[in-house]
Parts: sequence; C-alpha cells; structure tokens
Amino acid sequence: MASTIRVRATATGDTTEVQALIQHPMDSGFVKDPQGQIIPPHFIQQLTFECNGKAVFVADWGTAVSKDPYVKFSFKGGNKGDDLKISWVDNKGASDTTTAKIS
Amino acid sequence: MTTTDDGFLGGSASRRLILKGVSLVALTGLGILPFGPMPALAAANDKWPEDAFKQKGQAEAIKSLYGKTAEPSDQVKLDAPEIAENGAVVPISVTTTLTDVTSISFLVADNPNALAASYQILPGTLPSVANRLKMAKTSNVTAIVEAGGKLYSATKEVKVTVGGCGG
Repeated sequence: MASTIRVRATATGDTTEVQALIQHPMDSGFVKDPQGQIIPPHFIQQLTFECNGKAVFVADWGTAVSKDPYVKFSFKGGNKGDDLKISWVDNKGASDTTTAKIS
Repeated sequence: MTTTDDGFLGGSASRRLILKGVSLVALTGLGILPFGPMPALAAANDKWPEDAFKQKGQAEAIKSLYGKTAEPSDQVKLDAPEIAENGAVVPISVTTTLTDVTSISFLVADNPNALAASYQILPGTLPSVANRLKMAKTSNVTAIVEAGGKLYSATKEVKVTVGGCGG
C-alpha cells in the first residue's frame, strides 16, 4: 500500500521547512454514521519527525485534529540530502513510517 | 386517613428513589460505553499524555499537561480566521518571539475535549507550528507556549458557521 504520509522538506540556508500531510480518518468518537451508530474514536496520537536519527519534532494529537491532518514546522541543522524520518501511531496501535530526503 | 396518606407518601418516595437509582445506573452505563475501549488502546503508547486529552475543560487540560497556569503574552502570535465556514477544517498557526521554547499546545475551549494538539519543540526546532483543527462551534482558541519553564498564552475567538461534528 502506498504510504499514508506525504512530506515536503525544503532547506533554505540552515533552516529546513517541513510540511506533512497524512491520510487518516481522525474519527473523534462523537460522530454517528448514517445508521445512527457512533463511529468509534480512531485518531493519530503521536507523530514523530527525526532528522539523521535525532528527533526534531513530536506532535501529540487528540481527536480535534482535522481529518487527513496537516502540519508545518521548521528546524535548524538539516542539510540538503539528509534523511527525514516520519512516523505515526494511532489509538488502535496502527502505524506508518516513511523516510524523505531534504531537498 | 392519616395512615393511608403516610403510606402513600412513603411509597411514592421510595419509588422515586428506585427510579433515581435506575437512571443513575443507566447514565453511568452509557457514559462508560463510548470510552470503554480507550484506556487499553491508549496504553500502547505511554508517552502520549492521555489524561490531558481526556479533560473536558481548558483549565483542567492545561493543568494536567503542564501542572501550572499560563499568563497572556503579546509575544505569542496566534493566527486563526475570524470566521471559519467549515468547523471541520480550521487552519490555525502560532509563532512566538520567545526563546527557549520547549512546547506549544492548541486548545479549543468549547470542544468536547479542550486540548486539540500538543507539540514538543526540541532543541534546534523553531517555535512556530501550523496545523488544522476541528471546532464543534464558535469558541475561543488558545495557544500555549512553554518557554523557559513558564507558560504563555494567546487567545482568539473563531466564529464557526458549520460545526466540525459532521466530520
């Protein structure tokens, strides 16, 4: 299956800007389906970014993060061609990981 | 006459008590059901601040996450729309001129659970985050910045015309 994570990391000088878009339903547990049944909560709890094996950014998410979440941040110390590893784990224990090159 | 009155009153009072008891049991049963599977699943990830995300109110969530209270600061810049047409996707970002920032959190006061997202700003990472949040209805949005062990906040009201509960 194709990765659920789409990421763009661009280095400008010593700062690397990272934009990530993840495919995930982010069900809050408050919404009912058309049959009136509550859709159980299903959401990403933690998203981690590592550059060259060192964590640079960790997101702890609740159910109020929008479906197919998007996040943007910047960090110093990344260079063009460096590896940026992104991984998430959700409340059902599912996870995904991808590695992108900084461009 | 009086004895029958007393008997009648006593009967209705105890019946009311029983009804109360039944409805209490029903309520707790309902309340537990939707959250029943949560603790076991959340245990898979012990670093995730489960308690803070479960708090209903904003003050409780901040206290659970940081154990202290925040003071408003104009050095925290919260960028959110005045009016969000779709509460399911509200773009919100925060940036700060404060130094030594270790954490940034977003809270939506009138959501069922106030805490929306919390970000760890590790050394070398700039104190600026953009994300998209769900809002159930018009509410204050608060950004908390933890810098040098202290909490600073910025708040802005976002009007929601269509709530985020429909997904």
